[in-house]
Amino acid sequence: MTAAPETLRAPFVVEFPFTRSLGPVQSAFLTGLRERVLLGVRTETGRVLVPPVEYDPETAAELRDLVELAPTGTVTTWAWNPEPRRGQPLTTPFAWVLVRPDGADTALLHALDAPGPESVRTGMRVRIRWAAERQGAITDIACFEPYGNADAGEEGGAAAGTGARPHDGVFDQPVTGIVTPARLDYTYTPGRAQTAWLHDLAERRTVGERCPSCAKVYVPPRGACPTCGVATTERVEVGPRGTVTTFCIVNIKAKNLDIEVPYVYAHIALDGAGLALHGRIGGIPYDQVRMGLRVEPVWTEGGRYPDHYRPSGEPDADYGTYKELL
Amino acid sequence: MSAASTAGTAKEPVAVVGIGQTKHVAARRDVSIAGLVREAARRALDDAESTWADIDAVVIGKAPDFFEGVMMPELYLADALGAVGKPMLRVHTAGSVGGSTALVAANLVAARVHRTVLTLAFEKQSESNAMWGLSLPVPFQQPLLAGAGGFFAPHVRAYMRRTGAPDTIGSLVAYKDRRNALKNPYAHLHEHDITLEKVQSSPMLWDPIRYSETCPSSDGACAMVLTDRAGAARSPRPPAWMLGGAMRSEPTLFAGKDFVSPRAGRDCAADVYRQAGITDPRRQIDAVEMYVPFSWYEPMWLENLGFAEEGEGWKLTEAGVTEIDGDLPVNPSGGVLSTNPIGASGMIRFAEAALQVRGQAGEHQIEGARTALGHAYGGGAQFFSMWLVGDRPPTA
Amino acid sequence: MTAARRDVAIVAFAQTDHARRTDDLSEVEMLMPVLHDVLRQAGLRASDIGFTCSGSSDYLAGRAFSFTMALDGVGAWPPITESHVETDGAWALYEAWVKLLTGEADTALVYAYGKSSPGSVRDVLTRQLDPYYVAPLWPDSVALAALQARALIDAGDTDERALAAVAARSRRDAAANPHAQLPGARPQGDHVVAPLRTGDCPPVGDGAAAVILAAGDRARALCPRPAWITGMDHRVEAHSLGVRDLTDSPSTRLAARRAGAFDPDAARPVDTAELHAPFTSQEVVLRKALRLGADVRVNPSGGALAANPVMAAGLIRLGEAAARIHRGASDRALAHATSGPCLQQNLVAVLEGDHR
Repeated sequence: MTAAPETLRAPFVVEFPFTRSLGPVQSAFLTGLRERVLLGVRTETGRVLVPPVEYDPETAAELRDLVELAPTGTVTTWAWNPEPRRGQPLTTPFAWVLVRPDGADTALLHALDAPGPESVRTGMRVRIRWAAERQGAITDIACFEPYGNADAGEEGGAAAGTGARPHDGVFDQPVTGIVTPARLDYTYTPGRAQTAWLHDLAERRTVGERCPSCAKVYVPPRGACPTCGVATTERVEVGPRGTVTTFCIVNIKAKNLDIEVPYVYAHIALDGAGLALHGRIGGIPYDQVRMGLRVEPVWTEGGRYPDHYRPSGEPDADYGTYKELL
Repeated sequence: MSAASTAGTAKEPVAVVGIGQTKHVAARRDVSIAGLVREAARRALDDAESTWADIDAVVIGKAPDFFEGVMMPELYLADALGAVGKPMLRVHTAGSVGGSTALVAANLVAARVHRTVLTLAFEKQSESNAMWGLSLPVPFQQPLLAGAGGFFAPHVRAYMRRTGAPDTIGSLVAYKDRRNALKNPYAHLHEHDITLEKVQSSPMLWDPIRYSETCPSSDGACAMVLTDRAGAARSPRPPAWMLGGAMRSEPTLFAGKDFVSPRAGRDCAADVYRQAGITDPRRQIDAVEMYVPFSWYEPMWLENLGFAEEGEGWKLTEAGVTEIDGDLPVNPSGGVLSTNPIGASGMIRFAEAALQVRGQAGEHQIEGARTALGHAYGGGAQFFSMWLVGDRPPTA
Repeated sequence: MTAARRDVAIVAFAQTDHARRTDDLSEVEMLMPVLHDVLRQAGLRASDIGFTCSGSSDYLAGRAFSFTMALDGVGAWPPITESHVETDGAWALYEAWVKLLTGEADTALVYAYGKSSPGSVRDVLTRQLDPYYVAPLWPDSVALAALQARALIDAGDTDERALAAVAARSRRDAAANPHAQLPGARPQGDHVVAPLRTGDCPPVGDGAAAVILAAGDRARALCPRPAWITGMDHRVEAHSLGVRDLTDSPSTRLAARRAGAFDPDAARPVDTAELHAPFTSQEVVLRKALRLGADVRVNPSGGALAANPVMAAGLIRLGEAAARIHRGASDRALAHATSGPCLQQNLVAVLEGDHR
């Protein structure tokens, strides 16, 4: 093994605006929030669950019996968050709280806007602060805020079940779906074998690794010989020429992929490699590409990989020479 | 492998007594994720005339969590599936997961850990976009392709080269499966005006794969109630009995990998046949539900699963043997080509095989089906799961 | 169930030296030495293994199908009988245990790995929450644990000093664990989310672990003192924190009861418990649910407070408990693993060594 080259790293963002369709209970709840109405759902045993869930956690029964509750409640537990993180309800320090709305038997998770941890207590009375712009989402509750002066005491607020009035869940223009954007940031590091491979590619050399057990050369190397389960170590330069073992002609343009269609996506067994790698074929009309075509890499300035492979001008390889690499 | 090392008795026979699935569509806009899985689970319980209380454990599977953007969604789904207070296990073996999930559930019964298990698999692909979920850009890797079609198309070309199959075979499979889907009320694609010409003139996406030879992207769920002998004795409808089941895996890419006929698939089938006493699958198996996301995989799997000699699979397709009225019907349900909620697709294959031997397949019932194979695969054609079900319990 | 169960034991256990970052290693490069180590301990080759099962998470890695690349480290050729769970490896061990109980295999390799360093695990874990009502608020894993800790303090079950003592004891014990990420006691630090301080939280890091299971005489042949799994069970609770009593863990208690942890006829008492409590406050909940007295040695390895490679930390609890039995430091041990927010899902195994 040669001295480890400098570790490569790159930011890697996984982000998508997920579109979530809603069941009827969720639709009513989130539409209600838009209309500044807090709904719960009553179970067969008369318990009132807030937020209203579709299925009874105890019996798995389908729940549909909606009730309306006051926008006030009691903190059942809390935690002080001195450093809000991305996406959280408030950007200034706040308390995470579980709030049991008056008339409910269960608690809702949200944020409480309070000046500091010394002003938050279990049992304190809070009320909903509605967001100025509401669209039918849990964030239509901007947060909770302290309400009144007194602690609720042991059985403060409305007793469970009593403050809840039946509600038919019907609103104009109900919300039937929500969009929940989610972004997670990662830092990608490719590991020892791929890092070495990428460093050599930067010098336009294709260097695989040989398995000490089965002697096959892996290109690109992935750190382990997958059939023997041992680390590949001996570095072996392969190519630069190779044989197209098989391919397809891509006719649909993929988003985020800056390649004009049609193009040929090929498996290319570089000379000396134990298996084919994947690349694009150019320098030849797409409909003239064939299995057995001999190719060589074409580099462009600044490219990490060969931009594509083009015919090398050699005669086609016999099927027998590459059929084991298919 | 022998079980001789302890006094352990033979495995408990496993029966399928309840099957439920959703009407698969491109986007179920009227339900939450919980509502979707619940619908399949409820139908499976109703089929078994069982209640949530009859279920001892839940085994759930799906493909990558990025598809719905929920990490380990079974945690949130526990309430909807009546799992609170019960064991709940989540399986993920890529595209084969629906089959693997059923086998993990079956093992709980076979090992006598539980008597009755609900198993379920789902995907709600409309929450995101499968192309996105399958093609998250990894730094330092050269983006060459998006989606699964381009990944599998070169292997189809390799199959054609190896066998000399005429290039129309893929369209025959697609035409057959789409017509079969018309007989299956749960299938996603119901193309009433399908013709062979339409398939053959559909756009070439990843040459040699045409648009009509690819699977759709679906929202859907499938569930089964598995139980032991005593549970089967109480079953209101005929059970399907598991006669063999196996999983096999091989690496994604390796020197010497045969992408056309992966050894893991051959070994998996051989294990299932051994367990079930099958020596001539072509004659002894009455119906096959195989995982064919791109039409050419039917002839490829016919060879891999031992229904045809190497290089001869396409001849069965061409001769109409795999048609619903042929002597080896393949995918009478319409298959993955007509319905593909990815994580559920394998379980749908397993469930459709069970429906056949229960005589419950409705309009796509194969008359007199007594043994049927359910097959699933995933990853880079590397993960396989299969079961063989019959209308009689296994002979000890 | 009346039929006699096969005897199945953990016969070998290996793990990485857990670290904050492993930038120079891919997942398979991190995992493979552990696989080699555990096979070497058992004197087995990969081809001797009857069933392989792993646990990991795509969300942790940030890539779909991330587990397929880890399989490269196994040497799955000729093809193997293999499965994967998208959760902590403790559940992979459960699946493997069931497989051995069926008699279809006599040995199993179970592994798990997690690299938390590429992402922000506090934020990643928010994606486990109800996607409609909770995930859009991005409540991170420390915040949820802090809500639970406050509930415990309000109930009089603990206080910040007692939590600090749990932290100190765990890291003191970890000084004897060469794999620990945080060996030795250290200051509690500031509140991360009050009432939890830095010291109450697990370290963020990367790691992998593997165990080998074997049945009956095979186990006896592979290990001088196998850790027999005399019972194992897992249970899940309702998802929403607002419907649960956060000061209790009924699913842990039920799983323990089903696993035989409270068996009044047990010849020997439980002497050791390896609890998967990433936060100090969760140890308080688990001790209560498992009815552990002062005579039980809790987390002699240092537990998840000393090293918490997500998706492997639960499997490590089973491995650590088994390893103590292997070396004669325990005769009857409980091992516990958890998954989900605030101990939503819990697994309990009872492990016993043969009489000496």
